[in-house]
Formats: sequence, C-alpha cells, structure tokens
Amino acid sequence: MLTKLPSDLFGGALYILQKYGPLFWAGTKTTLLIALTGTIIGLFIGLGVGILRSLPESSMDNKFKTFLIRLVKLVSGIYVEVFRGTPMMVQAMFLFYALRPVFHWTKLVAGMFVVSVNTGAYMAEIVRAGIQSLDKGQNEAARSIGMNNFQTMRHVVLPQAIRNAFPAIGNEFVVNIKDTSVLNVIGVTELYFQTTSVAGITYRVQDTFLVSAIIYLILTYSTTTILKIIERKMNMPVQSGPSSTSTAFLVFGNKREER
Amino acid sequence: MNIIEIEHLSKRFDKLEVLKDISLTIREGEVVSLIGASGSGKSTLLRCVNLLEVYDQGTIRFEGQDIRGNIKGINAYRTHVGMIFQSFNLFNHMSVLENCTIGQTQVLKRPKDEAVKLALSFLTKVGMESFADAPVTKLSGGQKQRVAIARALCMEPRVLLFDEPTSALDPEMVGEVLQVIRSLADEGRTMIIVTHEMDFAKEVSDRVVFMDQGVIVEEGDPALLFTSPTVQRTKDFLSRYLR
Ligand SMILES: Nc1ncnc2c1ncn2[C@@H]1O[C@H](COP(=O)(O)OP(=O)(O)OP(=O)(O)O)[C@@H](O)[C@H]1O
Ligand SMILES: [Mg+2]
Repeated sequence: MLTKLPSDLFGGALYILQKYGPLFWAGTKTTLLIALTGTIIGLFIGLGVGILRSLPESSMDNKFKTFLIRLVKLVSGIYVEVFRGTPMMVQAMFLFYALRPVFHWTKLVAGMFVVSVNTGAYMAEIVRAGIQSLDKGQNEAARSIGMNNFQTMRHVVLPQAIRNAFPAIGNEFVVNIKDTSVLNVIGVTELYFQTTSVAGITYRVQDTFLVSAIIYLILTYSTTTILKIIERKMNMPVQSGPSSTSTAFLVFGNKREER
Repeated sequence: MNIIEIEHLSKRFDKLEVLKDISLTIREGEVVSLIGASGSGKSTLLRCVNLLEVYDQGTIRFEGQDIRGNIKGINAYRTHVGMIFQSFNLFNHMSVLENCTIGQTQVLKRPKDEAVKLALSFLTKVGMESFADAPVTKLSGGQKQRVAIARALCMEPRVLLFDEPTSALDPEMVGEVLQVIRSLADEGRTMIIVTHEMDFAKEVSDRVVFMDQGVIVEEGDPALLFTSPTVQRTKDFLSRYLR
C-alpha cells in the first residue's frame, strides 16, 4: 500500500483507486442500479407506448374508437418527441424540482424516474420500428386464422419484433450506464458524482477521472459482451420477410450512438 | 347450396378502381379457379372474401349471412375461411407444429393435446409430420407452403382460399404443393384458387373465372372455357398462356 500520492498519471490513478475505492464502488453500484432499473422500466414503458403508436386504424371501426386511437397516438407521440428532443440533464433538473412537492422523492428515486421515462421514449421508437419492420404478411396470416388484435400482437407480432429489436434494446442499457452521469446535476451519488468528489479531495483531476473512465469502460464492455452472447443464443437475426433486423437497428435503433 | 355469394362488389384504392361490380357465387364443394392478368384484381377479390381488404360497395354473404353484418363476428368468420398466401406467411418464430396449434388453442380455445393431435393429422396429410418440431425457417418453399395449408386446415374451415400458392416456388417444388391441393379437391372441399397454372386449373376446377381489369369477363366449365372461350379478351389472355 502506497502512502503518498505518486506524481505520474498511472501511479496516481492506482493510488487514488486504492485509497478511495469504497467511494468509486458506491458510485458504481448506484450507476448500475439506476441504469438497470431505468432500462427495465423504460422497456416496459416503451412496449406500452410503442404498441399504442402502432395500433392499426381500421376504416371499419366506429368514429369514437377511431378518435380514441388518434388521441392516444397524439399523446404518446408528444411524449416521445419531448423526451427524445430534450437533453436528459434538462429533464432531470426540471422533473426533480417540478415533481418534488408531489412525490417528496429522494434524489436516487428521482434519478431512476428520469432515466426510466427518458429510456421509455427511446424504447417506444425501438419497439415501434421492430413492429413495423415485420413483414405485414405475418399480421395477415394471424388475422386470417381469426386472431384478434390482441392475440396477433401477443403471439405473432411482439415475439418477433422484440427479438429483432434486441440489439437496439440492449444498446439502451449500455447508453444508460454512461448517461446516468448527467444525474449528478440533481446530486445523485452515481459514479460521475463520486468521481468529482474524489477529484475535489485529491486535486488530481486527470488521475481521478482516468479511474472513472476505466470503470465505465469495464462496465460497458462487459455488458456489451454479455449482450452479444445472449444475441447469439437467441439465434439472431430471425428472417422475417424483406426487412431484416439490421436495417431496423440502423434506421431507428439507437438513442445516442455509442461514441 | 351456395356457400359464398358475392354481389355487386366494388373496391378502389384511392383513384384506382380495382374491382368493378363483381358478382360471383360459390357452391358448397365447388373448386373455382380465378385466372387473369397481373393487376386484374384477383388477389383483391380473394382478400375481400376474408375481409383482409375492406370493400366499398356490394355485399358478401357466407352461408346466407352478410359477413360485415356484425363486426364482433369477423374473427369467428375468418376461422371458417382458410387463406393460403403466395409467400406462405408462416409464423417465423415458431416450429411447424406450433404454427398449426396456435390458432386452435388461442382462437378456437381447443385443449392443447387435442390441438396437437389434429395438427399432426393434417401435417401427415400434407406429408410434413416428420418436420413437426422443425423451425419453419429451415424449410424449403414447397415444405413451407404445405405447412401453411396444414395450418389453414387446422381451423377446420368451410372454404379454402389460395392466392397463387405456387408462384413463389422453385419449379421443382410446384408439383408437391399442387398434389396436396388436388387431394383436397378430391375430398370435396370448397376452394377458390387464384393461379397462373392453367393446366392445373383446367384439371382441378369445376369452374374457371376469368378476370380482367376488375371485372369478371367470362366464367364457365374449364373444358369449355379453355378450349372455346367466347369473349375476345379471354381468347387473347389464354393464347398467351396456352400454347
Ligand atoms: N394495398 C394496395 N394499395 C394500392 N393499390 C393496390 C393495393 N393492392 C393492390 N393494388 C392495386 O390493385 C390492382 C389489383 O391488384 P391485385 O393484387 O388484386 O391483382 P392480381 O390480379 O392479384 O395481380 P397478380 O396476378 O399480380 O397477383 C393492381 O393494380 C394493384 O397495383
Ligand atoms: Mg395477386
């Protein structure tokens, strides 16, 4: 165990990691917790909203049903545009303070909420693209054996759409691991926040953030690797008509491309 | 007995009038072939019969009842008319057997074991029983189409609609699918078959309907219609197909 902070970058980073390990570890756990819950809840939001946005409008429906479907599509469309069109950092500040009187929430819960709602908007588009990338013959075949809307969605469309969209869905998790860092603006003690605290103590910004960068890289790299293994297990891609997984992924897939 | 009565059916896609005042009656047990040039409206007519397409005017009656009579009944009605598509449209994420049981268990609410039993019997009929557990993506075109036929049969429909069932197949696979359709005709099933296989239409059907530009130009006994068509448009079309 070193007792004095070495002057070189790597030595300094190693020293800082040893000395402030528990702080980094706490931040890492928070980051993973928020990224994971945010992605999972976001996926469920996205499934709901994505399905709503893909509802077929049949000319055989009555006026009221058509009106209702249009209204739902309008509202969900606004949700998606707003959350994809503004920075998550701004969303975090706004929602945390705006909803605090209502929910009386902790920063951590607010952080999870923001990431979930934000991810939900991206997931909605991923799910919608997954549904639309399916050959419409799948839908017609289901209808032709008498399945209703719900059965068609549940047994034919969604299983294939989700399978095709899996790479894009997994990518959201990786993106979230990195993007939870913006939650430091509302004081969530995730990895970035902890790093700034350590840097404040050590006055060694580069060394401290090198530690942080390496931790982020380990997290994202291992996640990507695990996702790839799952993808292979799922026997991707499923061939289903003219449009393939990869096009859906390329066109609509990722939130903020991995940079 | 008439099973399907189409009366004064009209359908347009925006400006394009695809079906113009079509009337056609299908009797129980009858095999009717629908022939005509590309774009003449054959698929659209077939798709109107099971409401995959919404028509603008006219009525279609199934066993005397307007099929658009009550919207709630559409899904129940569709179980009575099986559809076989040119591009098979098998459920790609399922096995051969699952393709044949999903409709039975979900739509008809049959118990699983009963559904499996019936599915296997129809898979045997189309010669695909040994592929029951195979994923459908692994099958050849001819095998896929035979499974698609079995899937339709599993709903125990009263009428089968075929939309160019062999057009997407490699030539060497056409025969095996036609053989299955032939055996269904021999069982006395009611079928409407859109096809470009003139020899097959001639051999298998009780009646041939020739469509051109959204109207039925001529219909009749295959032996007569193919050898001595009365309308010039039919003659022109047939001379291109039959040598
Ligand atoms: N969904 C659609 N939207 C717009 N136009 C369509 C649609 N479906 C078909 N059409 C048009 O309607 C006309 C009739 O099409 P249909 O598919 O019924 O012809 P067909 O006789 O089945 O031809 P083919 O032998 O090529 O299958 C064509 O001109 C086609 O382009
Ligand atoms: Mg056609």
